Amino acid sequence: TLRLICTTTAVQRKNVGASGPEKYTEAFIKKQIEEFNLGKRHLANMMGEDPETFTQEDIDRAIAYLFPSGLFDKQARPMMKHPTEVFPEQRKIQWGEDGRPFHFLFYTGKQSYYSLMHETYEKLLNVQKHQDQLIAQDLPLQKEKRNLAGSRWLTKIELEEMLLEKVSDDDYSRFIQLLQKLAALPCADIEEKYILKFSKEVPVQLQKVVIEPLQYDERGVAFSTGEGKRKTASATAVVYDNGTGKITVNGIDILHYFPVLQDREQLLFPFQFLGRIGKHDMVCTVSGGGRSAQAGAIRLASAKALRSFVTEKEVEFMRQAGLLTVDPRVKERKKPGQEGPRRKFTWKKR
Amino acid sequence: DDRLLSEPLNHPDFFNVKELFTLKDLFDARVHLGHKKGCRHRFMEPYIFGCRLDHDIIDLDQTMQHLQLALNFTAHVAYRGGIILFVSRKRQFCHLIESTARACGEYAHTRFWQGGLLTNAHVQFGPGVRLPDLLVFLSTLNNVFEPHVAIRDAAKVNIPTVGVVDTNCNPCLISYPIPGNDDSPAAMELYCKLFRMTIIRAKDKRRQSEAVEELR
Repeated sequence: TLRLICTTTAVQRKNVGASGPEKYTEAFIKKQIEEFNLGKRHLANMMGEDPETFTQEDIDRAIAYLFPSGLFDKQARPMMKHPTEVFPEQRKIQWGEDGRPFHFLFYTGKQSYYSLMHETYEKLLNVQKHQDQLIAQDLPLQKEKRNLAGSRWLTKIELEEMLLEKVSDDDYSRFIQLLQKLAALPCADIEEKYILKFSKEVPVQLQKVVIEPLQYDERGVAFSTGEGKRKTASATAVVYDNGTGKITVNGIDILHYFPVLQDREQLLFPFQFLGRIGKHDMVCTVSGGGRSAQAGAIRLASAKALRSFVTEKEVEFMRQAGLLTVDPRVKERKKPGQEGPRRKFTWKKR
Repeated sequence: DDRLLSEPLNHPDFFNVKELFTLKDLFDARVHLGHKKGCRHRFMEPYIFGCRLDHDIIDLDQTMQHLQLALNFTAHVAYRGGIILFVSRKRQFCHLIESTARACGEYAHTRFWQGGLLTNAHVQFGPGVRLPDLLVFLSTLNNVFEPHVAIRDAAKVNIPTVGVVDTNCNPCLISYPIPGNDDSPAAMELYCKLFRMTIIRAKDKRRQSEAVEELR
């Protein structure tokens, strides 16, 4: 940087924006909260409502009524909100009246991050001391295994929110390494609570598919329903037990509804796979799509319905055969500058 | 108030720091052990007692005098309510020094030193920051065996420094050097204990004097 020697005073004027956003003292925030509460009660009295049960929505409605504004930007209109929403959560001024900072690591610049590292290292030393004591007394170290899977460490952004200051990538990775080192020690059970503060539960991603039980109609025949989609066609199928292999689509027999052999083969494939061709009856309704799409939709629906009749092993076989997977292929959109989804316009040399 | 501040300056050893340590304590804490002859810094030669099998031995008599001056100075600074910042870049003792600083009620910086901390403080921290009134170096070298940037910065900003200089350190810019070992845990624990006791003693003395003044 250049050092300013022979310059005018105008250039050396304090750069107002360089110090960052204005920091609020705790006393200031408290005063704002008191004023807000008082103002809320006054507003309730003005509107003729009960001050005790005056919620934020009532405040918003009252302000919109008393100060109507035609401004487009909703955030530019007059609003009355709790000070914690108005003033962003940030560090208040770090030093007291005499200038002495409050935190003992203030001069490092990243006081919360370094104090966190200091505490974590202290826990590590505690655990090591405890371990040494146990070894000296010849006692076994670890009692039971901890569940490591199903939890993850805090992300960098969550850590930044917790510490209210910026954390760089290197700092974050160092902190995670220290935590892992602490968690890996055999006697880390002592500091379990501290470690849990920085780990989060990973929600179970796989949802166990529930196979519905068989339902029984008036005649006592077992049946089950299934739904399927393919391209734009959606179908529902009801599969009855103790049948002769009759299949009806939208009230019409399949021979008349699907004249093409390929579509009928698609319908019969789940039954053929399980070896139950003549044993089940099926009644289905289908709408949308074309000939082949409707056939595929009914196939998926019937396979889903057949899950209830069949053992888990056979369900797994069906899944591996691809009978239970929804076909994700749909019509690709046409792009501008091209004639179709992939076809480009004819290229002319001149 | 004037009397509170001027009275300690009339005595050579107002806080009686001499009784906090003896030559035997320094020897037991292995303060006299220096580095090898090849690592020796030219300006440390006056402080070295001798060399035995290529190992430098620091003169503990001189160390005693320097230590007494340094502790007396820190006591005076703490008595007048100054901010003391402990600096060291040794990873081994980082936790110990931070705990010592917290116990005294003073401040510590044993992490990576950002360039503009002292010279660019008003931009880094905000307008109206109060800079430290004394820097105490428990190890003057950083992790690359070069003099710590804070020594030069403190000299630039007119902040007095107290530092433990080992045989491979440059004692030039430090106002109150203390020739002694900065690598053994025993020596570091001794220094931390001494600084902690002086600062707490000075602060207690200040509180007592203020109470006495209030009563009058």
